[in-house]
Amino acid sequence: MAKTYEPISTQTLGTAPTTVTFSSIPQTYTDLVLVFNSKSTTLNYPFLTVNSDTGANYSRTYLAGSGSAATSGRQINPLFIYLGGDAGHDASNFNYNNIVHLMNYSNTTTYKTILSRANNASTGVDLVAGVWRNTAAITLIDLKIPSAGVFSIGSTFTLYGIKAA
Amino acid sequence: MANTFVKISTVTVGSGGAASIAFTSIPQTYTDLKLVTSLRGAAAAVRGTVRVTFNGISTNYSGRTVRGYDNTTTDSTTSSTSYFDIWRIPAATNTASVFSNDEIYLPNYASSNYKSFAADNTSETNLSSGNTNYLSMSSGLWSNTAAITSITFVIADATNFVEYSTATLYGIKSS
Repeated sequence: MAKTYEPISTQTLGTAPTTVTFSSIPQTYTDLVLVFNSKSTTLNYPFLTVNSDTGANYSRTYLAGSGSAATSGRQINPLFIYLGGDAGHDASNFNYNNIVHLMNYSNTTTYKTILSRANNASTGVDLVAGVWRNTAAITLIDLKIPSAGVFSIGSTFTLYGIKAA
Repeated sequence: MANTFVKISTVTVGSGGAASIAFTSIPQTYTDLKLVTSLRGAAAAVRGTVRVTFNGISTNYSGRTVRGYDNTTTDSTTSSTSYFDIWRIPAATNTASVFSNDEIYLPNYASSNYKSFAADNTSETNLSSGNTNYLSMSSGLWSNTAAITSITFVIADATNFVEYSTATLYGIKSS
């Protein structure tokens, strides 16, 4: 029986980069799931671009909880998709995790939608829906954090491929 | 090639109900765990509150939860409690035959780091008010470096999970 939830690539950081990249993503799956459990040197919020596109071709809607207030908001035409609103990295322990779904990533007829569930019990909980307004298949994902910080050594990132059949 | 998303165990509550749902002796051979549940409580109330603990240890749970119900949104923080209040589920005076749908994702459950997790909960009952419907998402943390070897759910008022409640634990490998 064919596997339907397959690890494409996993990275456990031995250095502390500002960007974690998954490249040459196989086009043989239906959806992608990116799971990461990470920390950083500062409080910051990871963001994502695809196919090295840093143009104003993204948008997002988010629902966020800080532990004291629930908020919702939108961004149109940002240069990337922030994957959270209140849930961000902190510098203590690996308390941050995120599960990102990228649906129908390999089709070449529709814009690409992502869904991010970000979690840090110390900072917040978030749900983000994002769109990349491009019909190209996603072949590369960059996870980044703002320039003041880096992903810490020991952070883990795994990209899974999911087949509908 | 080995499967990488594997069912570890399923619990189905039988007639008479169950005071707890537990997964024990969880294999340490996966990278992440995913737990999917469908639950209902036996209390004479519209809802029950589900609590989770790991390894039978009752310290150092914290988290933040956004919850929607009755056209209301709330946001709460839990700090250093002896369990994590994770979900709201329908109970005896709620709409009959309605069960919750819930999920926990536990990355790196076997690591020596503290254990962070994501939890989502829905309980839709076709009632318009009275704390009967719930939608929530939580970020949870167990501030303990031990590998997770067991997961236990109980209802806060010590009532039972009813028959046909189910819980399935999956293991996910990153390689």
